[in-house]
Amino acid sequence: MSSEQEAESIRCLVAKVGLDGHDRGAHVIARAFRDAGFEVIYSGLHKAPDEIVQAAVQEDVDVLGISILSGAHDTLVPKIMDGLEEYGAKEDTLVLAGGVIPDEDREGLEEAGVSAIFGPGTSIEETIEFVRENVPQR
Amino acid sequence: MSVDPDDRALLEALLAGEHRALARTISKIENRSPGYRDLVSELYAHTGSADVIGITGSPGAGKSTLVDKLAEAYRDRGETVGIIAIDPSSPFTGGAVLGDRIRMASTVGDMDVFVRSMSARGTLGGLSTATADAVKAMDAFGKDKIIIETVGAGQNEIDIVRTADTVAVLVPPGSGDDIQTLKAGILEIADIFVVNKADRDGADRTVQELREMIHLGDGSDPAGGGGHHSQEIIDAHDDWDGEPVETVAIHGTGVDEFIDELAAHRDYLVDSGEHADQVRTRYAEEIRTLLREDVHSMLEEELAAAGGIDGLAEAVRNGETDPYTIASDVLEPVEDCLEDLDTDTHVNSR
Repeated sequence: MSSEQEAESIRCLVAKVGLDGHDRGAHVIARAFRDAGFEVIYSGLHKAPDEIVQAAVQEDVDVLGISILSGAHDTLVPKIMDGLEEYGAKEDTLVLAGGVIPDEDREGLEEAGVSAIFGPGTSIEETIEFVRENVPQR
Repeated sequence: MSVDPDDRALLEALLAGEHRALARTISKIENRSPGYRDLVSELYAHTGSADVIGITGSPGAGKSTLVDKLAEAYRDRGETVGIIAIDPSSPFTGGAVLGDRIRMASTVGDMDVFVRSMSARGTLGGLSTATADAVKAMDAFGKDKIIIETVGAGQNEIDIVRTADTVAVLVPPGSGDDIQTLKAGILEIADIFVVNKADRDGADRTVQELREMIHLGDGSDPAGGGGHHSQEIIDAHDDWDGEPVETVAIHGTGVDEFIDELAAHRDYLVDSGEHADQVRTRYAEEIRTLLREDVHSMLEEELAAAGGIDGLAEAVRNGETDPYTIASDVLEPVEDCLEDLDTDTHVNSR
């Protein structure tokens, strides 16, 4: 048991929400985060916003990455953000979105509290670096 | 011990039933954050009411699915449930994918089931070092039942026996012949055997073999292996003979029978007085572990003072010295201190 493994580890929830069965991207991110030394909880497919909130609160994650390819982000993401707020978890959770999100929707999601949006073509390294630099200090 | 004001507020929020406070407390415990010890020490006054159930078994045996159904059944009976699910961490990066939560969908949306995924963080033995303290947090929070799901176990991941009141070992059908049931290790720690996936071929035979194994242990005095630190606990299991339970977790079959068996074991523990022994042994282990941690960190400081482990290792590699000499050199100041201390106490007691 090395002392590094005792040290604080970045905890992430990789979440698939709503009617969207495509999780290859979520798997790739989960694996890449693991290899970066993060502790990754994967939500599984077809979760309701409430379920994501419950998992994020109970697991006390530093980072919530939401993957949406269904186009329903404008409905689902604000519901998740409201839920986090209800449990006092909105302020110190770094929320990221990934998947297919049109440029014109980005501003709205950022206003709702999403810190960054990583669309197709984003490199894994870029995402990991962003998490490391922006993980909330608690 | 004094708790700092932030932790005091956290403790009060936890005792008031705030989910986020429980989550945050467990994080502090896992991260060994400054002050976590004072916090846990405050928790002790509020613990002792929960039943702690350990579920272990090989990877893919159906632990998560069974835990999910168990939690659902307890909720139907009006009891609150805490679940700690442990998965392995990477020995290379320390990272982990914690996937047990996916199987726990029956109770989703019910905040009275608190599921916490934990990485083993490099610990062997099936639990993480933080597990026992996290159980304390859930107990103080007021959970009636706390279920610990271990890392998918091989033959020797038996730490669960030191943390749970009742240990259930899942044995899938066709887990080898009857010689497997003679082997030491995981099969010795079971209070209850669960043959999950009991609708598969070979389940009857597995049940039969387990039953024979349980009764083979009767009467014949086990040679008392000795030397193993949890031997006392293992020996204490001898008076209890639970029948193997058959379940098909995915359909919820056999879960009620499993719960009855868990309750029967709980009654046995209390009536026989074994529970008191168990708790005493557990606290003894906890005290030892804490002392070991303290001594370990003191030694880390000594090592740093002696020029750091890398330099010392390099000296060995160059043939200048050897690990034994270094160990006794590093320990020397500590031993001197202890000797001084001994002399002082002797003087004082005279």
